[in-house]
Amino acid sequence: MIPTLRIDDLSVSFPRHGAAIAAVQDVSLEIAPSECVGIIGESGSGKTQVFMAAMGLLSKNAAASGSICFEGGELMRADAAALNRVRGSKLTMIFQDPMTSLAPHLAIGTQLAEVLVCHSGLSWRDAWNSAGRMLGRVRVPDPERRLHQYPHELSGGMRQRVMIGMSLLCEPTLVIADEPTSALDVTVQAQLIELLRAMRHEFGMALALISHDLGVVAGLADRILVMYAGRIVESARAAEIFSHARHPYTAEMLKCVPTLSGPRLARLPTLAGQPPQPGEISEGCAFAPRCPRVAARCRSERPLLTAAGAASVACHFPLPA
Amino acid sequence: MSGLNKAAARRLRSNPAAVFALYAMLALAALALLGPWLNPNSIEALDWLHVATRPGLQGAHWFGTDRLGRDLFMRTLAGARVSIGVGLVASVVSLVVGLSFGAIAGYRGGRIDHLMLRMIEILSGLPLIFFVIVLTVVFGRNEYLLFVSIGAVGWLTMARIVRGQTLSIRRREYIEAAVASGASASRIIVKHVIPNLIGPVIVYATLSVPQIILFESFLSFLGLGVQEPHASLGTLIAEGAGEMESAPWILLVPGGVLALLLLCLNLFGDGLRDALDVKES
Amino acid sequence: MFRYFLSRLTGAIPTLFIIVTATFFLMRAAPGGPFDQEQALPPEIMANLESAYGLDRPIWTQFGRYLGALAHGDFGPSFKYKDFTVTELIRQGFPVTLELGLIALSLALSIGIPAGIFAALHHNSAADYATMSLAVLGLAIPTFVVLPFLGLLFGIYLHWLPIAGWEPGSIRHLALPTVALALPPLAYIARLTRGSMLEVLRSEFIRTAFAKGLPLRTVILRHALRPALVPVASYLVPAVASIMTGSLVVESIAGLPGIGRYLVQGALNRDYTLVLGMVIIYSTLLIGMGLLVDLLYAWLDPRVRP
Repeated sequence: MIPTLRIDDLSVSFPRHGAAIAAVQDVSLEIAPSECVGIIGESGSGKTQVFMAAMGLLSKNAAASGSICFEGGELMRADAAALNRVRGSKLTMIFQDPMTSLAPHLAIGTQLAEVLVCHSGLSWRDAWNSAGRMLGRVRVPDPERRLHQYPHELSGGMRQRVMIGMSLLCEPTLVIADEPTSALDVTVQAQLIELLRAMRHEFGMALALISHDLGVVAGLADRILVMYAGRIVESARAAEIFSHARHPYTAEMLKCVPTLSGPRLARLPTLAGQPPQPGEISEGCAFAPRCPRVAARCRSERPLLTAAGAASVACHFPLPA
Repeated sequence: MSGLNKAAARRLRSNPAAVFALYAMLALAALALLGPWLNPNSIEALDWLHVATRPGLQGAHWFGTDRLGRDLFMRTLAGARVSIGVGLVASVVSLVVGLSFGAIAGYRGGRIDHLMLRMIEILSGLPLIFFVIVLTVVFGRNEYLLFVSIGAVGWLTMARIVRGQTLSIRRREYIEAAVASGASASRIIVKHVIPNLIGPVIVYATLSVPQIILFESFLSFLGLGVQEPHASLGTLIAEGAGEMESAPWILLVPGGVLALLLLCLNLFGDGLRDALDVKES
Repeated sequence: MFRYFLSRLTGAIPTLFIIVTATFFLMRAAPGGPFDQEQALPPEIMANLESAYGLDRPIWTQFGRYLGALAHGDFGPSFKYKDFTVTELIRQGFPVTLELGLIALSLALSIGIPAGIFAALHHNSAADYATMSLAVLGLAIPTFVVLPFLGLLFGIYLHWLPIAGWEPGSIRHLALPTVALALPPLAYIARLTRGSMLEVLRSEFIRTAFAKGLPLRTVILRHALRPALVPVASYLVPAVASIMTGSLVVESIAGLPGIGRYLVQGALNRDYTLVLGMVIIYSTLLIGMGLLVDLLYAWLDPRVRP
């Protein structure tokens, strides 16, 4: 079976002061049809740039190499026409901040309907009606009225629902959600996660959920990829990650998540130090400065992503299974 | 502060248009000042033998003569002197007025600021020429009036910029601390506010010079500006426009010089703005 | 929407009133009068003239009479053009100036905006630099230099277009004047549009538009254009002011019988009523333009609408 998305050795770098700063280094991953993959990482880990490359949204000065195959078609060197056939219809994206991601001067209905008019060849009237129906499916109350409103007249949660609806209009095979809840309140977050779950059930599309928050990913993901300093450091089934993470970084991150159960702690655990700045070239493992299990070998030799059972880890001394 | 200036100077130097403009302006200014020594002709002398002659480097009159036989080279340089001189003086006037107005409005805040801002807004809406025309009707054609009205060209924008900057500086914490510790308003303004204003002020002062020279030329062209016997570039262009069909060089020479001057001033001002990275708020 | 417009209108009327009042009193308070000439007129004749024009009444009465006449569209007699009232002069000249100004404004917008979009789309290319360099030229060189130059080139050397004079309905006579008048605002609008478009193209909602697979033309025209034009809308009033100012010169050089010429003559002749009338017309135009721009904002950016 062809994976919905297959990325091989993707590297993305940006020029700064004459040198090339690597944001993504040798990333390879696969997303199977209808699979939900969570991509976890801090800011600067490169998690967003990987999918920007897939969508052809990298900034003009970015240099990218490698291969990105969507449903068998190569995206990396595709021309604009080929790219536009795919994105917005079968390969869609939801962005972090719905206020700035929606055009302030166009009605909600227009922004939804234009996707259908462009990709499905519907007339504006039919597209408008379909848009109204979609608003109902993403649980926006009073959809008819909302169609005529502007983004600033909607609440943050409703705007994000609109974005979700916009991504589902042409029945995509893969939806990329880039930090879809980060800009919203916690209560709204929970509603939106629930909505995404329901939509997956209804539409059956694959979902790439990018986040820095393990909690957001926990309820939805089948598999989780952990990224650090532009590389994938761990990849495993979600349950595996939460029960026994193999990579020290993942383990430390999990420790930092406060829980309602468990003993009261005097201090919340934190992860000391900072991730390396993009462009800080280091020999050896990028996590070495902060790793509690660090040894001499870690500083001189960079660990490669190697299979360990059904999972993969990039560590010389992974935690035991 | 010096770090900012060094980086800015480097950026300016790497801007070919601005550098060219600067040299061209300096050359023009030098020529305008030293002109009388280069060429024996006088401004006033009427050369009846060579009325309306074409330009020619071999002849006595390099740029030709006008309808009355006056040497055009000298007249143009003299006109350039007048235009530049008026421009600089009026620029200083508008700088001082705009700076004071804006600083007071921004510093005092509250009702005074509101009132002053309203004044700026109403005056900004009206084309200055109407103002000048009304004043001309009232007071007749007067050279001091000219300076006042020309100075009025630049001060509005300067006041607005200065006000905006002052308002934001005023709210900074170290200013609040200074006020709380009893420092007098003038001391605060001089020691803290003004040094922070220097960047935008320089840029807008530079950018207002071509506006002012343009306005002066415009007035002189219409006959409302510099009066006889003085002639600025605008006056010369007006004369040339009348002779356009028979003796086009009478128009082309001062017109070309004015165009060059304004172009260079604009290019340099743009380059300065880019180098100091000042944006209009 | 209508209420918004109404509120803007009521704000504009006091401004106009202030302008009229200030101009009126300023001119009446001036030393000297419209009849001062090189040769002084005998006192009896002066008294008769003043009485005929109502100049001997108290100033408040004069103001009141003026306002009353204004309400009827009567701007009073011209002091210098003895056979005409200001109203007649306005009626003769206004259509010409209006035609001149409207064509110039249309040229500036219809060439400036596409040029700016073009430069923004070809950012940092040779085409971009070339366009912007031309723009600097257009901005820096004054109208009263450009028009004679153009006249020299197209009129005298190439004999393509007439340089002066005017016939009703003639486009050829308006060609050079309107182009010269349009150049500075055109250049400014091009620069403004380019900068604004570049900034809008960096917005997140443009990224969304591309992510939706919309073709470039749709992204530019439907998503980017309206937000990018907001600064241009702000510039419209100064643009009209610039065109008004330029028209004074253009009408003089090209011999167009518009009201700009009267304004200049009125200044040189100290013709009170004429200047006052012209100032009122121009101010009304500007304020009207401001109202239109306010309406335009509401269309460009729905967040502004009440």
